[in-house]
Amino acid sequence: MKSHALRAVYTRELAGYFNTPIAYVFMIIFVVLAGLFTFYLGDFFGRNQADLRSFFQWHPWLYLFLVPALAMRLWAEERRSGTLELLLSLPITATEAVIAKFLAAWTFTALTLGLTLPMWITVNYLGNPDNGVILASYLGSLFMAGGYLAIGSCMSALTRNQVIAFVLTSVVSLLFILSGFPMVLDFFSLWTPDMVVRTIASFSFLTHFDAVSKGVIDLRDLIYFFTLLAFWLFATIIIVEAKKAD
Amino acid sequence: MIEVKNLTRHFGAKVAVDNLSFKVQPGEVLGFLGPNGAGKSTTMKMITGFLRPSSGNVWVCGFEVQENSIAAQRRLGYLPEGAPLYSDMTTVELLSFIAAVRGFSGQEKLRRIANVVERVHLESVLHQSIETLSKGFKRRVGLAQAILHDPEVLILDEPTDGLDPNQKYEVRQLIRTMAKDKVIILSTHILEEVDAVCTRAIIINDGRLLVDDTPTALQPLDEKFRNLTTTDLRKAA
Repeated sequence: MKSHALRAVYTRELAGYFNTPIAYVFMIIFVVLAGLFTFYLGDFFGRNQADLRSFFQWHPWLYLFLVPALAMRLWAEERRSGTLELLLSLPITATEAVIAKFLAAWTFTALTLGLTLPMWITVNYLGNPDNGVILASYLGSLFMAGGYLAIGSCMSALTRNQVIAFVLTSVVSLLFILSGFPMVLDFFSLWTPDMVVRTIASFSFLTHFDAVSKGVIDLRDLIYFFTLLAFWLFATIIIVEAKKAD
Repeated sequence: MIEVKNLTRHFGAKVAVDNLSFKVQPGEVLGFLGPNGAGKSTTMKMITGFLRPSSGNVWVCGFEVQENSIAAQRRLGYLPEGAPLYSDMTTVELLSFIAAVRGFSGQEKLRRIANVVERVHLESVLHQSIETLSKGFKRRVGLAQAILHDPEVLILDEPTDGLDPNQKYEVRQLIRTMAKDKVIILSTHILEEVDAVCTRAIIINDGRLLVDDTPTALQPLDEKFRNLTTTDLRKAA
């Protein structure tokens, strides 16, 4: 699958983020909000614990509205401006194009996540945290961001309107968060067998992110995230192929 | 060479291209004539592999476009209608991107870019972002990316649309210089353009082939074409 075409699209996309203000706005807002939430809402100092739980617990919610903003232009913009026709009449398969664009966006979120490393340094300066747990949490957060992005990629392929792509991505992502929430699970447990409830819970980002950020990298959680990525990217490929001339 | 056989495309209940068949040999410049909505662009999209036909086949240099799209697309240069380009890139960034997708790197890539920049006269706008370019320059960048890999087959969807007379003349000149050993298909709704560059012309209307002849033989058909276009206008009105 690795080809020069894939690499070329990946490079173009990644550079594209920095050609526009999107990159800087996204990075600054993510880092600032993550900091504010950690210190004020998360009460980082008051907890008096040398860990980053109060930092990572906000990631699912920050991603909920920031990642859709990043993902909305992936395909919608190509469709609106007509460049989709330019791109897909080049010797590149839809699969390569979808993967290249996704990887570029994912790399960008990884860079943004990298900008929060001062948090890690701070907590190490103040105490002796379990750095294994922190590393696992970063990994979990990165995978979760990938999940949101894959959903966003698919929603963006559905429409030429970036606002619609944004809203759809947020809503679908919210479903993937809420499916781990007691109020949703209680609703289902009233009338469905226990197995169904557990299946619904296992769809949630929260369930798996919490598990990983406890420092235990379980194969099941990894399989969950990989399946999630594969499913949504595959759906993106199908939609791009089917709707490319609309 | 290009072979189109029983090509058909529906959009819902509407038949955009209806059982179209023709062949084009190297050295030929084929003009696609027809009123707006006749199926010219749809046919070109299917030749480039962008659009899947409802039925029928297209072979580009012996490669069936749906079955072996990558091989066909390597041999093909395409200027889509309206010349869509990534407007956040500069001219040289865009050409460099297209070259990279097509597998050129290092010296070869630089040589190819320098070559098309010279042929299409883009020297003055190399480092200008594409969104700030005039319509004429955008069209030329679109043309440059289509001929960058010196393709055997060139598909140009309304290459001179919206250009001023000088620019039109230059683009036609360029097409003529490339015509020798290539297959070129261009669409237009100006009969005079067919006269100027094409060695052969096809008139389509409602997705069906009406005439397939040389431009000179088409001269008496001027009237017929105009009627077609005016019926179209009347329909639109």
